[in-house]
Amino acid sequence: MNKYYLGIDLGSTTSKAVIINEQDEIIGRGITNTRANYSVAADIARMEAVYNARFSILKRNLAKEIEAKPQYRKYVADLESVFQYEQFKVRIDKLGDELLKTCYNHFEGERRLIMIDHLRLIRKAIKPKIKYQYIYENLGDKNQFFRDIVSEKYNEEVGKFDISLFEPLMTIWDKSITAAENEVVNFEFESLITQAMDLLKEKYENLPDQSENIPIEADKSFDAEMYLLKGDFKNVSESLRERIDEVANLEFNIENMTGTGYGRALLPFPQECIRSEILCHAFGAHAVFPETRTVLDIGGQDTKAIQVDKYGLVTSFQMNDRCAAGCGRYLGYIADEMSISLNELGPLAMQAEKEVTICSTCTVFAGAELRELTNMGEKRADILGGLHKAIIMRAMSLIARSGGVFNEFTFTGGVARNQAVIKYLAQLVKENYGDNIKINIHTDSIFMGALGGAMFARRNIKADLPNAKKVMA
Amino acid sequence: MSDPKEAIKERSMVIQKDMLANLFTELSNAKKNGKKVVYTFVPGNLTELILAMDMLPVYPEINALQSGMRKKSGGYIKDAEKLGFSEDVCTYVKCDIGMMLNGNIGPTGEKLPEPDLLLLSYTGCFTFLKWFENLERLYPGVEIAMLHTPYQEDGVITEDQVKYMVKQMQEDVIPKMEKVAGKKLDYSRLEKMLGNAAKAEDLWVKVLETAKNRPSPIDSYFAGVYYMGPLNTAFRGTEEAVLYYEELLKEVTERMNLGLSPVTPEGEMKEEKFRLVVEGPPNWTNFREFWKIFYDMGAVIVASTYTKVGGLYDQGFRHEPGKPLESLAKYCMGCYTNLNLPQRVDLIEHYIKEYKADGFLINSIKSCNSFSAGQLLMMREVEQRCGIPVGFIESDLVDPRYFSYANIKNRLESYFQMLGQRKVILAQEEVSA
Repeated sequence: MNKYYLGIDLGSTTSKAVIINEQDEIIGRGITNTRANYSVAADIARMEAVYNARFSILKRNLAKEIEAKPQYRKYVADLESVFQYEQFKVRIDKLGDELLKTCYNHFEGERRLIMIDHLRLIRKAIKPKIKYQYIYENLGDKNQFFRDIVSEKYNEEVGKFDISLFEPLMTIWDKSITAAENEVVNFEFESLITQAMDLLKEKYENLPDQSENIPIEADKSFDAEMYLLKGDFKNVSESLRERIDEVANLEFNIENMTGTGYGRALLPFPQECIRSEILCHAFGAHAVFPETRTVLDIGGQDTKAIQVDKYGLVTSFQMNDRCAAGCGRYLGYIADEMSISLNELGPLAMQAEKEVTICSTCTVFAGAELRELTNMGEKRADILGGLHKAIIMRAMSLIARSGGVFNEFTFTGGVARNQAVIKYLAQLVKENYGDNIKINIHTDSIFMGALGGAMFARRNIKADLPNAKKVMA
Repeated sequence: MSDPKEAIKERSMVIQKDMLANLFTELSNAKKNGKKVVYTFVPGNLTELILAMDMLPVYPEINALQSGMRKKSGGYIKDAEKLGFSEDVCTYVKCDIGMMLNGNIGPTGEKLPEPDLLLLSYTGCFTFLKWFENLERLYPGVEIAMLHTPYQEDGVITEDQVKYMVKQMQEDVIPKMEKVAGKKLDYSRLEKMLGNAAKAEDLWVKVLETAKNRPSPIDSYFAGVYYMGPLNTAFRGTEEAVLYYEELLKEVTERMNLGLSPVTPEGEMKEEKFRLVVEGPPNWTNFREFWKIFYDMGAVIVASTYTKVGGLYDQGFRHEPGKPLESLAKYCMGCYTNLNLPQRVDLIEHYIKEYKADGFLINSIKSCNSFSAGQLLMMREVEQRCGIPVGFIESDLVDPRYFSYANIKNRLESYFQMLGQRKVILAQEEVSA
C-alpha cells in the first residue's frame, strides 16, 4: 500500500496542509484562512489536501490519456472545479441557516420579517452567480477562501438595498460567518464526486452548440477544449467513471504527520509531531531548491531570515521581534485602507514610476501616512511602490542580522506571491549582495512550511539525512 | 497564569535568604542605630570599603530586579514615566525611582533608609551617572562620591590606569566616605575583608567550574544569579559570605558526585540535552516562566557572561589584601561590561570551548546599552569562530511590557529544535567518519 505523509502549517493568517508520497513528491495541497479555532482550520486544510491528493493521483493515473487527448484533461480540470463547488454548496447552505438563526435571535416582529425577506433575496442572487463562476469561470482555481468569496457577493447585494438596511444586515453577517466557517463538515468524497459528475453532465448538455458562437475568432472566451469535450462527453465520462471510482475508494493511509506554524502548540498532535516553522520552512525550501543557503520567509505576522546548510538544516535564524510591520498583515491592512483587495496590491505597485518614501516601522502609522500622501497628490501606484520597497528594506535588515544572503536565496511564504515584493527583493539583493545571487521563488511558496513538515514526518523526524532529491511540484 | 507553586529551593538558597532578611532589617533600623547608608551599584562596587567603615550598602539595581520578580516593577515604571521619564530610559532606573516615589519599600516589605552617600564607583555605564543625578534631586544635599573607571579600550588594564584610580580613591572617594562615616578608614580591617573576599572568590570559581561536568550540576545563569548574590553585593569581604560559598560548594559537589542535573523551581532536571552559553542579563519580570522554557527543553546554561558583571574571578582576578587600593581599582576596571568587544568575544569563545557548549544564545535587553550594544557583531564573530548555532532573543530587565512570552517561546523552541537536529547530524557524521 502507498504511504503518505502530512504536514500542517498553522499560520497566523492562513493554514496550509501538504501531503507527500514516499518520494517526497507533493501530491496534495490544502489551504484555508486561519480562524479563532485552530483545529477547525487544520481539519479543513487537511481535508482539502486529501481531496486534492485524490485528484493528483487521478491525474497521474490518467497521465497517458491526458497527454493524448485534451478532452480528458479538460474533463478532470472541470470535475475538480465543480467538485469544489459541491463543497461550497454545503457550506453556503450552513451559512444560510446561520444567517436565519442570527436574524431570529436579534430581531422581532416586522423587522425580523423584513430582514428574512432580504436575506432570501441575497441568497437567491448570490448562489447562482457563484455556481456559474465555479462551473464556467474556474473559480476553484483561484485559491479563494469561502469567507472571501461569499462576503464579496453578500456586500455587493447589501449595497443594492436601502442604506438603512446596511447595518442590521452586516451585523447579521458578522455574527453568522464565524459559526458557519467553524463548523467542520465531513464530506463524503464519493457522493460529492458523483454529484459533481452529474453537474458536469448537465453543464455539457446545456452548452450551446459551437455554431452559435460566431465568429469563433472574435470570441476571446472561446474554449476549444471545452467544445472538444462537448463533442466527446459521453465517451469521456463513461470511460473515466471506473478510474474515478478507483481513486474515490482509495484508502488514504497517512503514515505520519508533523504540525508546524504559529498555532502548532494548539494542534491535536503528539508532542513529537510538532516542529518549529523555522525548521520546516527551511527544510521545504531546501527540498525544492537544493542549493538554497539563505531562506527568507514573509508570512502573516512573521518575517524569518534563515541560513541553512547543505542538508537543509538551519544554522541560524532571525525573526522580527515585538512588531509585525512589514509582514503579510501589513499588506492586508494597507489593502483595507485603500479599499482594494490584497491581490490587487502587487499589480498596482508594479505600475509605480517612483517609490515614495514610507515608514515601515508601524503598520498603523503607515496607514495614516498613506492618507496624508494621497491628499498631497502622490499617485496610488507610487505610494504602493514605496510601501512594497519598505517591506523589503525591513526584511533586508533582518537578513543582515542573520548573516546576509548566500547563494542560492529562496523566498517563501504567502507574500512571495506578490510581484512587487519580488521586484524590490531582486533589486535590493542585487544592490547589497551583487549580481551572483540566484533568487528562487516557487509557485508553491506558501506551502513550503507544510512541505517541510511533511518531509520531517516522512523521515520520522530523527535520523535519515535528506537527500538532495528534487521535489516535483 | 495560575499561581506558581512554591519553588523548590536548595539549602544555600535558604541561607542566602536569611542573610538578605537580616541585611534589610538592619537597613530599616539604620537611622535608629545611627548607621550611615551608602547607595552604590553592583559593577565595580567597593563593598569592602563601605563595610570597613561600618556603613551599610544599598544596591538600587538589586532592588529594581527584586521589584521585577515581585511583579511590582510595572507600576513603579509607570509612576516614573508620569514624572517625565521617557519610555526609552533604562527600566532599572525607572523602577528604582518609582519605588522611591512609593515610599521606598524594599523587597522584604521594610522601608529602605535614605542615602547618606551616593557612591558611584563604576562609570562604565553612563546611565549610572544619570541615575545618581536623579537620586540627588530626590535626596537634596546628599553627599556624592564618584570614581571614574577607565574603559578597557585596548583590552588591557595599564599601570597608569591603576594609579589614576588609586589617586582618585585616596584624594576624593575615601575622604568623602570618611566624612560621611565620621571615622577614618582602618586599613587593617579593609585588608582582612579583602582576604575574606578572595576566599569567597576561590570558592565561587570552584562552583562555576563544576558546570564543566556532564551533566552540569548547576545552571550557571538561572541559578547562577542567585549564587552570585552574596559576592556581588553587601556580603563580599564578610565571613558570612565565605561560609555561604563553602556550603554552596559542598552542596554542588555532592550533586556533581551523584551525577545529578541542576535543581529547578520544579525539582531536579531530568536530562541534560543541551549545554548553552548565554550572554546578557535575564528577564526578571517573568523569570520563572523564562527559566521554565529552558529546563522543559533540557537546556542547561553552563556559563554566562551576566554572572560576571560583579567580577571575572574565573579569569584569575582576586582581591589582594597586600595591595588593597590597587586591587580594588583593578576590580572596578575588570568587570564584564568594562571589557571591550574583542575581549567579550574572546571570553565567550573560551566559555564555549571550555564548557563544551552546544550553542550560544543572546538575550538582548532593550534597556541596557552596556550589554546590548555590539551584541549582533559579537554573535556573528562567535558563530564564525566556534561554528555552533547561535540564537538571539529580545526582552527587557524589569519592564513587563517588553516580555512577549509567546514570541520568546516560539524562538527558543525553534532554536532548541535546531540544536537537536545538529546533534543528530554531528553524531551521524562521527559514525560515518
